[in-house]
Amino acid sequence: MLYRENGQFKSSYAADQQIFPIVQDRWAILGIVAFAFAAVPLLANEYLLSAILVPFLILALAALGVNLLVGYCGQITLGAGAFMAVGAYAAYNFFIRVDGMPLLAALLLGGLTAAAVGIVFGVPSLRVRGLYLAVATLAAQFLADWAFLRIKWFTNDSPSGSVSVANLHVLGWKIDSPVDRYLLCLAVLVVFALLAKNMVRSAIGRQWMAIRDMDVAAEVIGIRPMFAKLSAFAVSSFIVGVAGALWGFIHLSSWEPAAFSVDRSFQLLFMVIIGGMGSIMGSFFGAAFIVVLPIFLNQFLPWLGGLVGLAVSTATVSHAEFMIFGVLIVFFLIVEPHGLARLWSIGKEKLRLWPFPH
Amino acid sequence: MGRTIGEVVLDLNNVSLSFGGVKALSDISFDVREHEVRAIIGPNGAGKSSMLNVINGVYRPQEGEIVLRGEHFSRMSPYKAAQSGIARTFQHIALFKGMSVLDNIMTGRTLKMKSNLVQQAFRLGPAWREELEHRAKVEEIIDFLEIQHIRKTPVGRLPYGLQKRVDLGRALAMEPQILLLDEPMAGMNVEEKQDMSRFILDVNDQLGTTIVLIEHDMGVVMDISDRVVVLDYGKKIGDGTPDEVRSNEEVISAYLGASH
Amino acid sequence: MSFFLETLIGGLMAGMLYSLVALGFVLIFKASGVFNFAQGAMVLFAALAMARFAEWLPAWTGIGNPVLANVMAFIISVAIMFAVAWLVERLVLRHLVNQEGATLLMATLGIAYFLEGVGQTVFGSDIYKIDVGMPKDPVMMLESVFEGGILINKEDFIAALIAAALVGALALFFQKTPTGRALRAVADDHQAAQSIGIPLNRIWVIVWCVAGITALVAGIIWGSKLGVQFSLATVALRALPVVILGGLTSVPGAIIGGLIIGVGEKLSEVYLGPMVGGGIEIWFAYVLALVFLLFRPQGLFGEKIIDRV
Repeated sequence: MLYRENGQFKSSYAADQQIFPIVQDRWAILGIVAFAFAAVPLLANEYLLSAILVPFLILALAALGVNLLVGYCGQITLGAGAFMAVGAYAAYNFFIRVDGMPLLAALLLGGLTAAAVGIVFGVPSLRVRGLYLAVATLAAQFLADWAFLRIKWFTNDSPSGSVSVANLHVLGWKIDSPVDRYLLCLAVLVVFALLAKNMVRSAIGRQWMAIRDMDVAAEVIGIRPMFAKLSAFAVSSFIVGVAGALWGFIHLSSWEPAAFSVDRSFQLLFMVIIGGMGSIMGSFFGAAFIVVLPIFLNQFLPWLGGLVGLAVSTATVSHAEFMIFGVLIVFFLIVEPHGLARLWSIGKEKLRLWPFPH
Repeated sequence: MGRTIGEVVLDLNNVSLSFGGVKALSDISFDVREHEVRAIIGPNGAGKSSMLNVINGVYRPQEGEIVLRGEHFSRMSPYKAAQSGIARTFQHIALFKGMSVLDNIMTGRTLKMKSNLVQQAFRLGPAWREELEHRAKVEEIIDFLEIQHIRKTPVGRLPYGLQKRVDLGRALAMEPQILLLDEPMAGMNVEEKQDMSRFILDVNDQLGTTIVLIEHDMGVVMDISDRVVVLDYGKKIGDGTPDEVRSNEEVISAYLGASH
Repeated sequence: MSFFLETLIGGLMAGMLYSLVALGFVLIFKASGVFNFAQGAMVLFAALAMARFAEWLPAWTGIGNPVLANVMAFIISVAIMFAVAWLVERLVLRHLVNQEGATLLMATLGIAYFLEGVGQTVFGSDIYKIDVGMPKDPVMMLESVFEGGILINKEDFIAALIAAALVGALALFFQKTPTGRALRAVADDHQAAQSIGIPLNRIWVIVWCVAGITALVAGIIWGSKLGVQFSLATVALRALPVVILGGLTSVPGAIIGGLIIGVGEKLSEVYLGPMVGGGIEIWFAYVLALVFLLFRPQGLFGEKIIDRV
């Protein structure tokens, strides 16, 4: 009975075009954000913050970027890991090579570099799609793997390709404790989520979706496929690049190219499929699911094995993870291509009618 | 009617099109005058849709040229056509099925929206104002087509007849000078056909839009068109007012003699 | 000279294995329009089954004869791959008919993950040997032609013969048997094939079975050379550019494309690698594929892709 929109009449188009037109949604989102900023740092312990929440926030950001490209613009990518790597290493180079480079500026420059590289590897999308495009993005992945391992300049001549950063400050705030790291990632994610939401409900977002749904018709009504596709590649790579830089700087603080391997690319794609293609919220669901599932299985499977007197090794758990991901991908593609986000909105729909479903 | 037929705005000269050796159109010429309703008719496979696809640049003809308000094109591109004020609807509905009715029609405003990506991301003043302005314009079209009740519905969930209407709405949102309609009434019942005919005539009459139309329903075509081109097997076999075409021997044997 | 030839032959051998995997891609793509990302996982899965059953059977049944054990393991592995093909059609493909290529591609990615998980859970995740009695000793050839001759592995040579035999057998199967003709009909035109009464679902099962056999053969050759291990699954990623190069719908394209990429990788690594710090093998094939995508997306032998409105 609480979740109702009747009685909320819009008297102007401006009111109808608010980010969350339903009052309850607006309060719920504000409540969650407030809780995440104010309460979580007090309640969560160090393990929860550094091992679960920070990776979740960063991967959610990356998944958000991938979703703009795959879910909104319909261009498949298997190379998101490469753009994370470009973001991370570019930010690293700006950070250590330019004296007094502020952290935030380095992160954004990392994102911009990733955007530029993203545009280059987006060019094949003007000629090919589907599988062929997947191959082009894989080329980006393997070139990046190679470049950051072999071209020593990128890693400041470190022999193993491993680099590290220390002494991070944002506007005088020293990023040191897990709480600091968490808050920084949260702030970045909230800002980018807002910007992304704005884009997908503006002209640019409509252009992306038009290209996704019916590219010939889109061109006929005056959408330039080149602009729409390349802008999606650029924006997506920018966000993924910033996420990569955060992953390196904030989560790992010292990293090597393997942190952004093709497995990462697949993982991000899975987050988008499971969470929901074409949904900002879905990116968060997908990231949460994929971050939490291994941790859950690690606890649950040995416990389950214990019940029937079987010792479950960590290897078995990781294989089980593979199986479950595989099954879920196929399941969602067949049953609910819009993923967890769609299940969520079906739930809301039910709630709206509750307790009188007719 | 408050419109006057004007000069030739679109002129097709000797257009030929083939797909890997199969001729779809051979040596077709006809013109379209400002503010008129021009129909293209012909049996299935006569090349009618190909003709529209040539006009708005989806297909590139091997020979011939298109003259649009005095400007000569040997090859048109869909984007160029859109910029020059040509809009179209599709025989097999080509709406953006994941988007709402409102968003579908809003895409028709793309060429008229000038704010950039950064302004849109931050919802800065210019982007926000522009969005509202165009929303108002789109709402006029929604009112005109009487589809207010479904404006937030994803088009994939709409019945066929309404989808056709949304398709028209999206084309109208471009405020085109020339509107190409590819079988706008195919698959509709009598009532829906009447509604659609009314919309087409209103657009032609009130906005002065020139209309090029492909339609199977001969009754409708003869009622609403000013002039008719008849195609058969990719060749032009007749051209003139509905009355002239109706009495053309070749047309009768090729087309009207059939069960239509 | 002899060094160049040895590099060239090494490249051809590697390329032949790419060809086998690429062949699996092409077969499935032609018949069902599905790009099967799981082909690499199938190679791993089949090789694991083969390696483990060859090891388990003697222990379980007391069969002492290694040849018999290998033959039985092979038969069991083929049966398992057939079961996989049937399940894939039943549980996945059947429900995704008429979906877009990208969706099907992602679905096969799911299948790949599942097979990798199941394979390693059931068969274990260590490195296993496949010993089908391939001779390991190198031989000298062409000593009479030039000084020093060239050194090649007998194993490679036999592997090449097996691969060639498999390709020959497949060609016969496609050309001469009724099932093969039906497969070709489906590849040419799904709807027409269906309208003359060819059951699509059965064809898909068959083609996945055939792809399963090529995966098994590739797995055995690779496994007996380098051992069966998880990295076998990544061979799909290595063979992916091959089909872009050769053309996604062309069987000869898969074979020639595989050889070109195998040779190209080895030669470029040896002769260009030192200039850029080595490791070219990682991306050589992909960059080549990228060039093709931009200038000739249908590949060397594929059919031209035409989009109709």
